[in-house]
Amino acid sequence: MYAQMIKTASNSVKTRDEMSDSERAFQDRIDAGQKIEPKDWMPDDYRATLIRQIGQHAHSEIVGQLPEGNWITRAPTLERKAILIAKVQDEAGHGLYLYCAAETLGVSRDELIEELHAGRMKYSSIFNYPTLNWADMGAIGWLVDGAAIMNQVPLQRTSYGPYSRAMVRICKEESFHQRQGYSIMLKMAQGNDAQKAMAQDSLNRFWYPSLMMFGPPDAESVHSEQSMAWKIKINTNDELRQKFVDQTVPQIEYLGLECPDQTITWNAEKDGYDYAQPDWNEFFEVIKGNGPCNKERLAARVKAWDDGEWVRDGLLAHAKKKSARVAAE
Amino acid sequence: MSKEWPLWEVFIRGQHGMSHRHIGSLHAPDAEMAIKNARDVYTRRNEGVSIWVVEAVHIAASSPSDKGPFYEPSNSKVYRHPAFFDIPDDVGAM
Repeated sequence: MYAQMIKTASNSVKTRDEMSDSERAFQDRIDAGQKIEPKDWMPDDYRATLIRQIGQHAHSEIVGQLPEGNWITRAPTLERKAILIAKVQDEAGHGLYLYCAAETLGVSRDELIEELHAGRMKYSSIFNYPTLNWADMGAIGWLVDGAAIMNQVPLQRTSYGPYSRAMVRICKEESFHQRQGYSIMLKMAQGNDAQKAMAQDSLNRFWYPSLMMFGPPDAESVHSEQSMAWKIKINTNDELRQKFVDQTVPQIEYLGLECPDQTITWNAEKDGYDYAQPDWNEFFEVIKGNGPCNKERLAARVKAWDDGEWVRDGLLAHAKKKSARVAAE
Repeated sequence: MSKEWPLWEVFIRGQHGMSHRHIGSLHAPDAEMAIKNARDVYTRRNEGVSIWVVEAVHIAASSPSDKGPFYEPSNSKVYRHPAFFDIPDDVGAM
């Protein structure tokens, strides 16, 4: 997902007997569906885990602008260019909402950005893949944003108020992203042979990385029990992945493209598709920093931050000078 | 000394006749930029016709731990609600 493999700060889920009075009262509030707000008491591990999760989610929104930004100057029409700019601008906004939600937990945005740039915080594995042809803008909106929606819709009900509210705003905007992506794919898939081949090529490259977005299979995914008890993770990785596959396969068929997974079959018994797992070794390599674009993405972020320093400093100096002048009058 | 831009809370009035509502936060060097940034971030889809920004440090808030004692007195004054009073049906809508 946009937040993958978030290590919960605690090692195991406490039983009610092991909990302190405040921890028990806290868990009761969550179980009753109440929202936890910034100034409320919360366990340190809840706070630490959320900072990690929301921070990684925010970083993903920001780094996620890079693969699409790559095609803004080469969009096929002025209209497509304007739409793509609006989409990428939305991602910046999503990053902002999420950084602000994280900040309510007592960390500053600059601290989170420093952690990212130092490689101590991650962003989603999906953004370490290159965007090689225009159809990739379609595949990203359709599949990558589609996979993100799968995770973000249930997260609207997450226990932490500011995170939940950020998710509500993000989900509203996200469906524009998915539809604009699918509309690009439709156009390409119905185009000439070369365009159709580009659409198929893009689907082939993004299918398995999209499945990886949900994180490793449940059997190998540790640390999620506590997060689920705290309602900062709502569904398991495999549940969401299955839902995504079931939703996407008919959309592939409508496009007249071939599913990159040749083994995919409908399983009437489980009322879902049986599908092939992505290469999890590749996933762990990408997470470790060895994906096709990891170095390029991080370098681009660091450069943007460094190059923007004089603007940030200049505006702050200007603001101070102005308020000093007002105070003197 | 921190070089981070201060945090601002953003309030937006959705349409004429409604109150401003808290919509989110952002960082900006001053009020003017905060309003411009709020326009760019929070009104991209016709969400508002008026923006207020307040530097977050200037907001005083009630404390959640006071929740009980702070709001309790009004709970005992149920007569403040219209449903407290029984009005005979024959009187009609009131």
